Amino acid sequence: MIKNKPFRHLVITIARFVVIEAVRNRLFGLMLIGVVGIFGLGEFAGGLAITETAEVQGSLVAFVMRLAAVFIISLLVITGVVREFNEKSIEMILALPAPRYVYYIGKLGGYLMLALIVAGVAGLPLFLYAGPGQVLLWSFSLFCELAIITALCFFFLFTLGQVTAALSAVAAFYLLARSMGSMQLISHSPILDTGTTAQEIMRTGLDLVAVLLPDLDVFTQTGWLVYGGGMQDLVPIVVQTVIYVGLLSAAALFDLYRRNF
Amino acid sequence: MSFFSTQAERPIKDVPGIVLILLAVTLALQIGWHATRPPRVARAEALPAPPPLETLQLFSIGDNIALAKMLMLWLQAFDNQPGISIPYKELDYQTVIAWLDEILALDARGQYPLFAASRLYSEVPDEARQRMMLEFVYRKFMEDPNRRWPALTHAVYMAKHRLEDLPLALRYAKALTDHVTAANVPYWVQQMQFWVLEDMGELEDARILLGGLVESGTIKDPHELMFLRQRLQQMESESGKKRTSQSVLDTQPPP
Repeated sequence: MIKNKPFRHLVITIARFVVIEAVRNRLFGLMLIGVVGIFGLGEFAGGLAITETAEVQGSLVAFVMRLAAVFIISLLVITGVVREFNEKSIEMILALPAPRYVYYIGKLGGYLMLALIVAGVAGLPLFLYAGPGQVLLWSFSLFCELAIITALCFFFLFTLGQVTAALSAVAAFYLLARSMGSMQLISHSPILDTGTTAQEIMRTGLDLVAVLLPDLDVFTQTGWLVYGGGMQDLVPIVVQTVIYVGLLSAAALFDLYRRNF
Repeated sequence: MSFFSTQAERPIKDVPGIVLILLAVTLALQIGWHATRPPRVARAEALPAPPPLETLQLFSIGDNIALAKMLMLWLQAFDNQPGISIPYKELDYQTVIAWLDEILALDARGQYPLFAASRLYSEVPDEARQRMMLEFVYRKFMEDPNRRWPALTHAVYMAKHRLEDLPLALRYAKALTDHVTAANVPYWVQQMQFWVLEDMGELEDARILLGGLVESGTIKDPHELMFLRQRLQQMESESGKKRTSQSVLDTQPPP
């Protein structure tokens, strides 16, 4: 995309500084503490299990790891970019003779690099409970999920402009995307089918919202660690990630180009 | 699109055409991708056994009630999905009961698990499963009768009309009469025993019990007392007729 060499250097520089900033903010120290804590939690839960101990431990660790990874990346992206807004360093970068997308791609690239590291570290304790292929599948899927979350944070940040609003929106979006599949199943087959217009509107509304959401409920499945998974599970995840990161990036760029600094 | 921004935005013409094209293309791709995905179909997988209660409490992060409610919805929706013709019959009822038991342990004041047991899971066309669920309701009722009586009243109905097992219905109805003592419980709850006895043809027993209740003075509502007295009189007249016809039969010489 970036044929102009100076722009490419600028993108790499911006991305590099994102990683450096994360290191200086003790991200890896925090991750280490988190991994040890969650591993301890898994061991504790394993002590309570009367059967399928490894499966119980693996499921619990994977579940908490996934949430922790999403939380850390969201917080990292939102607070990092908001700080640049507040300290006006973004204005300094945008004053350079480069289009605004260079800033966005540099930032996104840097945070995707961090997402890759976070996903890799999150998978480390899982090697104790599941096979390496299963863990790699899980970790790569987590990286795809984190990529969507990263792009989502940029979009909400450029749109809403505030930490609280952006973080709340990301959390709400994430929970909705992960539970949309179940919500649709329930809405199409309710226990109490009243046949009312309100129920019909709710059902149609959910279907419409589902079209605009990524299928996060098929991402990073604990079932892969417990019962195994294959490459065929990964293909739709990669396609969905590419499409959705593209969509969110386009929307974020739309806002970035319209924003006055 | 910047909802919270106080600064005036630049016009849309300042956005490069490639960004607008990218936005339109990716949006179309997202909609197209969603349309090509196979519809979600519930897999009829076996209900997993619940983890130990301590593990669930750990997961609740101190909010047992919220977790109990969420687990209940999950359990209820487990087979309530398209593609499965007889949802609850496919479930392992021992496992369902184990889940209901744990959910009730997380939220002891909740009525949902017992409601689901008596109204949803006991509606399956399988007598053994129905009986398992009703026994679960009865067992849990005995732990907290004044709170859990609604589910057992439905269990009486199920035993009487679906299972057509009047002794079982009587056992549940008797438990309601004997153990429900709270003042705010409707009077018909404690009187279910009489109606079951009446259906069993045990008019004399029903009459004595009903008479005892009227005489005990525990019922204060005049309308309720009037209704019960009328019912008592009706029973006494039916009981009298039965005795008369029986004595006539007894006095007639054999043919």
